[in-house]
Amino acid sequence: MTAYIVRRMLYALPILLGVNALTFVLFFVVNSPDDMARMHLGNKRVTAEAVQAWKQEHGYEKPLLINHSAQGADMLTDTILYEKSLRLFLFDFGQSDSGRDISHDISQRMWPSLAIAVPTLLVGLAVNITFALLLAFFRASYLDFWGVVLCVAMMSISSLFYIIGGQFLVGKLLNLVPISGYDTGLHAWKFMVLPVVVGIVGSIGSGTRWYRTLFLEEIHRDYVRSARAKGLSEHWVLFRHVLRNALIPILTGVVVVLPLLFIGSLLTESFFGIPGLGSYTIDAINRQDFAIVRAMVFLGAVLYIIGLLLTDISYTMVDPRVRLD
Amino acid sequence: MRGSRILHAISWLGMAFLAGCEGQAWNDPYRAGASAGPVFFSSFSERPKHLDPARSYSSNEWAFISQVYEPPLQYHFLARPYALVPQTAARLPEIRHYGHDGSLLSADAPAADVAYTDYILRIRPGIRYQPHPALALRDDGNPAYWPLVPEMLDRVNRLSDFPLTGTRELTAADYLYQIKRLAYSPNHSPIASLMAEHIRGFADFAEYAKAAHDALRDNGEPGQWLDLRSIDMAGLEEIDRYAFRIRIERKYPQFIFWLAMNFFSPMPWEAERFYSQPGLDDKNINLNWYPIGTGPFMLTENNPNLRMVLERNPNFHGELYPTEGPEQDRREGLLDDAGKPMPFIERAVYALEKEAIPRWNKFLQGYYDNSGIGSDSFDQAVQFGSAGEASLTDAMREKGIQLSTAVETSVFYAGFNMLDPVVGGDSERARLLRQAIAIAVDFEEFISIFRNGRGESAQSPLPPGIFGHRDGEQGVNPVTHVWRNGSARRRDISDARRLLEQAGYPEGRDPKTGGPLILYYDTPAAGPDSKAMLQWYRKQLEKLGIELVIRATDYNRFQDKMLKGTSQIFSWGWNADYPDPENFFFLLYGPNGKVESKGENAANFKNAEFDRLFLTMKDLPNGSERQKIIDRMVEILRQESPWMFGFFPKAFSLHHAWFQNSKPHLMANNTLKYKRVDGAARASAQEAWNRPVLWPLGALAVVLIVSILPAIRGFIARERSRAL
Repeated sequence: MTAYIVRRMLYALPILLGVNALTFVLFFVVNSPDDMARMHLGNKRVTAEAVQAWKQEHGYEKPLLINHSAQGADMLTDTILYEKSLRLFLFDFGQSDSGRDISHDISQRMWPSLAIAVPTLLVGLAVNITFALLLAFFRASYLDFWGVVLCVAMMSISSLFYIIGGQFLVGKLLNLVPISGYDTGLHAWKFMVLPVVVGIVGSIGSGTRWYRTLFLEEIHRDYVRSARAKGLSEHWVLFRHVLRNALIPILTGVVVVLPLLFIGSLLTESFFGIPGLGSYTIDAINRQDFAIVRAMVFLGAVLYIIGLLLTDISYTMVDPRVRLD
Repeated sequence: MRGSRILHAISWLGMAFLAGCEGQAWNDPYRAGASAGPVFFSSFSERPKHLDPARSYSSNEWAFISQVYEPPLQYHFLARPYALVPQTAARLPEIRHYGHDGSLLSADAPAADVAYTDYILRIRPGIRYQPHPALALRDDGNPAYWPLVPEMLDRVNRLSDFPLTGTRELTAADYLYQIKRLAYSPNHSPIASLMAEHIRGFADFAEYAKAAHDALRDNGEPGQWLDLRSIDMAGLEEIDRYAFRIRIERKYPQFIFWLAMNFFSPMPWEAERFYSQPGLDDKNINLNWYPIGTGPFMLTENNPNLRMVLERNPNFHGELYPTEGPEQDRREGLLDDAGKPMPFIERAVYALEKEAIPRWNKFLQGYYDNSGIGSDSFDQAVQFGSAGEASLTDAMREKGIQLSTAVETSVFYAGFNMLDPVVGGDSERARLLRQAIAIAVDFEEFISIFRNGRGESAQSPLPPGIFGHRDGEQGVNPVTHVWRNGSARRRDISDARRLLEQAGYPEGRDPKTGGPLILYYDTPAAGPDSKAMLQWYRKQLEKLGIELVIRATDYNRFQDKMLKGTSQIFSWGWNADYPDPENFFFLLYGPNGKVESKGENAANFKNAEFDRLFLTMKDLPNGSERQKIIDRMVEILRQESPWMFGFFPKAFSLHHAWFQNSKPHLMANNTLKYKRVDGAARASAQEAWNRPVLWPLGALAVVLIVSILPAIRGFIARERSRAL
């Protein structure tokens, strides 16, 4: 397995190089270094000298991809792409274009993201599995039919509706929790309730349907028929046999998203005023802060690769037939 | 047994929850008891980028730092038109003009005779800085935190992690140090190039300091702190501990307004030395994020991702609430606190609130003391009477909410690129075409549809409150409006069509093609929300038979087009730096052309007479002579029509009854010290407005139980049946 992990990590290098280059190209297709300078210097009294000075101070005065005025390897290394990318692979994210230390910001802002994402994932998983089991138990009945209809309806509604509706109903009409905001330490709990509930309710439709499908696939397998033939009760079959075997795809599906919980949710964090990494990324895009955008995309790619690797490893743990060679 | 244990645990948790919430609304976003005292609660929607007074130049940043930093002058809180008064200065600066032979001239000497001007400022003694680690001293008199040892740095994540703080007296040298910081290029001060034109020796200092900075960096000196005190600037002189002189080239009367802006706040050199130490910047502990000032408040919590907290500066020198103001202010109770020591509030909490809906709802719940009015909530808050006057809706009045309105010292205009061969230039054809379009684009309708009535149609570039602005019939732009029944009415579209015909475009037809004249409108408003507005512009020109092609793009491309002069018609705005007509007319001064000199003259308008009058007007004191010149300049602009004057935005803001001394001031940002909050009234209102409504939860539980019952029955039936 060690050899497999090392091999996968080596595969990750070209992927990360590609992601980094693609982010770079996409960003600079839309924004030139001059645009970035103007955005950061403000709208009033910005002179050409000030733009030039800003670019020089932040290392954007060089050519983007190829330096035609340089010789040899310098043609590639004396460029913005090279200079801005090199430290990234050492996880040295440097400073944002507005002068803040990105690593420090990430270390501060990942906790609120996790505080929302982890309970949303765990409680949501429990709720979705429960509902899916219920529908599977009552398969082909009126409950199953209307349950699926409800799931499809819930899937079709935009997550923005759940957020605004949740804020209006729970925060404004019922006055049960704050509409938005966040606090540090244990004081954060009352700000977490609404985003977590909204996150769970918003995922019930798709989650329940997906897990129901997994359970129904298992229910029609031979070993389930054998269990029933032995005279086991339906709930015993469902919980003891079906659930355990259906957990394999569920588990691997969950493991892949685990590292991405750090990144946070862009929409939820923005609407609820959660100072997490999701809103950090959105802010950076709006402010054309390439340093943050590049760092967050890179971090996202790394975490996703880790997630895929963990998924592979988790397969070997839950299914003894799988070997990583 | 197990079930009863779970039930017991749930009930215990429930009781703990209710006990924790006792006396506090469940939806209260603040900690228990936080709302009871003299604390101000508000929000900010955009994270401030810079809190360094040398660099910061946007209103969302000035909302914080203006409470911390104190330039020598400030605006009178109540007086209108806006008037400057001393802040840390003992009195207004003494201004001395000198001739080319060095002789002292009279105050009204012609600008041409003035070689340089001295501004002599004397500050009050005894003013002290807020407690700050940069000023902390050890018992032996040496700085407590300079140099920093690495072990000390390990324990620090915020500025408040430094246990020792200190203070010292404000001196004239601190003001001079800050002016040098404006010239120091690594600080990227947005006014550096402007000041280089005016302050003697500024440009030379900038060059010398940059060279010294580069040398320091190349030598790899730790911290790279350049002590700007060691480099002289010719125009600055420290007269004594409390007085200093700034020498300005020629005559620049507007300079006095800059002395009321944060750029000219004092900066203790110790702060810059402290923040430059290695390791602090990596923890975002720098001057850009942790201000140090002498003002009534100090920034004690700087978490721009969550909240900013200002607390009363214990070393504040004290200031009394103004004793004079207009009679209307007296009637409205704005002079009730006259002569009382400020500030009235102990703490100001600004929460990050990016979205308008939660911000508005939290204001209605009483958790924010004041609020703007977004388009979505406008109808809920404001109604217009038969005479067009704005008032609050019944729902707002029932809550005791109050409305303040003020015409902003800003202008929103639509401009013609004067370099464009079709709409630009000074030919009669182009002039008539511009005038016709200026009539057709009905900005009164624009204000009504897109601004909810929050604006005043502009007849010139000068907003109300700025010297030179004329009201009533005298102020009407005869090219686009007529005075009828006591108000300015836009000319009939037939007048515009006639002008268009005279311009050689009968019924909007282009004689070259025989088809409709095609014009282009460049805008950065590319989102779906802007579609209706862009369609509206198209319809305005359709009235003349002209086809308007919308070229919507992102802001970066729009800026590029403006810089290259490839636009034709565009919209832009300007928010005044200071209340002087020069700050508006310079937007149309020829040498400031955007294409030619990357200046602020986006229309690239150039008119010899206008430019000559501008140079004369800017140096004159307010008076009849200046008014006469302004009238002529406005007349030129109306005839030449490089702008469709658009409108002056009107600010509508709401505040709760417990928030007092709220008078809009569009020039000053340091107004927090005047505000008063009745914390007890707020706490009782919050309690009354935010009682939790629990019955829907009970009803939901009943519905769930009722709907689950058949499922339970089904479950039992299935369990009893045999599997197939």
